[in-house]
Amino acid sequence: MLKKLAFGALISVSTFAWTINGTGSSFQYPVNKTWIKGFYSETGNRVNYTATGSGTGIKEIIARHVDFGGTDKPLSPKELRKNHLAQFPIIIGGITLAYNIPGVHKLKLSEVAIEGIALGTIQYWDNPVIVKYNPNEKLPHKKIIFVHRSDKSGTTFNFTYYLAKMSTVWRHHYGVKKALNWPTDAQGRGVAGKGNAGVSAAIKTNAYSIGYVDYADAVTNGLNLAVVQGRDGAFYEPNPANFAKGAAYGGFSAKNDFFKLIAYPKKGYPILAPSFDLVHTDDRNAKKVTAFFNYAFDHDEMASKLGYIPLPSNVKAMVRKYWEEKGISPEK
Amino acid sequence: MEFVFKKLTSISATFILIILSAIFIVLFIYSKPAIKEYGLKFLIDPRWGVTIKIPKSNPSNLSISDKKTAVSGNLSQEKLGTKSDNEDDNSLLNDDSDNDNNLLNDDSDNSNNDSSLNNDSDNDDNLLNSDSDDDSDLMGNDNEANSNYVTKEIYGGLIPIVGTILSTIIALLFAVPIAMGIAIFLSEIAPPFLSKPVGIAIELLAAIPSIIYGMWGLFYFGPFVSKIVGGPSVNLLVAGLVLGVMIIPFMASLTRDSMNTTPNVLKESAYALGATKFEVIKDVIFPYAKSGIIGSIILALGRALGETMAVAFVIGGVFKLPKHLTDPTVSIPVVLANNFAESSGMSMAALFYLALVLFVISFIVIVTAKFYFLRNKK
Repeated sequence: MLKKLAFGALISVSTFAWTINGTGSSFQYPVNKTWIKGFYSETGNRVNYTATGSGTGIKEIIARHVDFGGTDKPLSPKELRKNHLAQFPIIIGGITLAYNIPGVHKLKLSEVAIEGIALGTIQYWDNPVIVKYNPNEKLPHKKIIFVHRSDKSGTTFNFTYYLAKMSTVWRHHYGVKKALNWPTDAQGRGVAGKGNAGVSAAIKTNAYSIGYVDYADAVTNGLNLAVVQGRDGAFYEPNPANFAKGAAYGGFSAKNDFFKLIAYPKKGYPILAPSFDLVHTDDRNAKKVTAFFNYAFDHDEMASKLGYIPLPSNVKAMVRKYWEEKGISPEK
Repeated sequence: MEFVFKKLTSISATFILIILSAIFIVLFIYSKPAIKEYGLKFLIDPRWGVTIKIPKSNPSNLSISDKKTAVSGNLSQEKLGTKSDNEDDNSLLNDDSDNDNNLLNDDSDNSNNDSSLNNDSDNDDNLLNSDSDDDSDLMGNDNEANSNYVTKEIYGGLIPIVGTILSTIIALLFAVPIAMGIAIFLSEIAPPFLSKPVGIAIELLAAIPSIIYGMWGLFYFGPFVSKIVGGPSVNLLVAGLVLGVMIIPFMASLTRDSMNTTPNVLKESAYALGATKFEVIKDVIFPYAKSGIIGSIILALGRALGETMAVAFVIGGVFKLPKHLTDPTVSIPVVLANNFAESSGMSMAALFYLALVLFVISFIVIVTAKFYFLRNKK
């Protein structure tokens, strides 16, 4: 009797609802989780997503162990073609420069200052380059401690991409990487934390430190966030409105399979990080994956609540058209 | 029955040997590319994941510049980013013009930023023109080669090896006296109504997952230590102390158990001869329980060498040889945990090489400890 019941339940599940599996980027994990919840309650279809890191996401989707793979580092069109993959962005996040200087609550950082701090050429907080835009703050003569990620991560990848776009020195000497030996480490002014939580904790507990953290983590940890100079010279406070302003200039295009990072846009807050998903174009489950993300695109408010920036509507339209071209648009 | 026991023991012994050798073989196979590439120099090279550019043109030039950069990297690690040194070297060797160009570009860029909006269009044009090339250059595959240069990643394990050994030594220096004190207290001094609950508490402490020690160290213990001795809140000393706290319960409970095996007759006859409590502990119990105590220290040492999660939170994760106790650094398990999920190709092989090194280090340490103390016992 029991066996029969279980069998019946299995049949009903398999006919009326389906399950897909995904893995990869931990950056998109929180937003995927809320979308999955909503998607399940609305359609009864199950989506499993585990946060294992972008590298694993790429490996697993290429090996066809999962139905979709999340990554913060886009694959080049050449590589996509080689592995029969389609790629599309799903969400954008803001990376903030969080700092801890006792008594200073509104720090403005120009591009030169950010470059100098990252390169280690600006050693003290009262450097004239920093003081120039902060005439009202009392900046102490203390060494700047630079906090970065100790693990390989997409956040580091996007932040170094921003640095490389902004600073030629950085581009020529350090480049864009998921993990690197920071110049401040060699000078003994670098500290690293594991994960965004580790970086936040290190900033919180070390006075006179500064580091890069995902916006959502920085807000939950109550850190002071620096106002950052954008490419147009204006200063932007790190908030969703300014992130969205920057994201509008992202410059995604379906022609090159959205192979683009969007940090350092022409206007708006400059340090942005998109997150992508990969599916197999020749896989039946690809349509289920796009059905899920189609639902996700229609539910922006869940993403905004978590501190992410939804894709601009023109990019969403582009992605949907891209799905059609690849023959993986969601089934009705 | 006896036959079954004999069979069982021999099976379990071979089972252990098979597992050990299987682990060793897997580590060796996966680390083979890195072993071939870096050889034993891996053990003394302080650069991890440093990219150097080698001109593609002719192979003889390649090997020379490679050697040169390797030497300069070794010497000037302390000074500043080795990469810049290497690159400078390279560019000096090969194309001055390119370097000059870079510098010019830099200047114009900075002035642009300073005077912000003035020649924005110019700047934009530059970036836009080079945009497509740039992007594929910047984000493209790590192993994709440029036209003029072959990029090469150099991995060396000196810093994590030193970090592992130093953190283990700090942990042992901190933990051994305290663990011995706890064990003596529990087995000899404390009254039974106290020794039972405290003993259980100690065993509970050993059951706490290491990540919880890590979280505790990150949010509470690290800042506390740095307030007392200075330095950043995550550093080598904090990692050593947290490791020490983690291995104390092992050592204490094993030592207590081996002390409890001392026959009461021996102790009582010593007391009858007029020995004080201190003398009984020093001259009767310690010699009797010696091998057990040493065994407990070796077990704890093994755990300290391989501890990952707790140390990853509190050691700082910075690739730098520590000059002071309060400098952040890395250990081998931490490097493995931080980089494994996102690595592939040569970096993966280098991680396996590092794991192999850790395997060999712990093997050597434990075997020498065993042999040394076994010989002393006789």
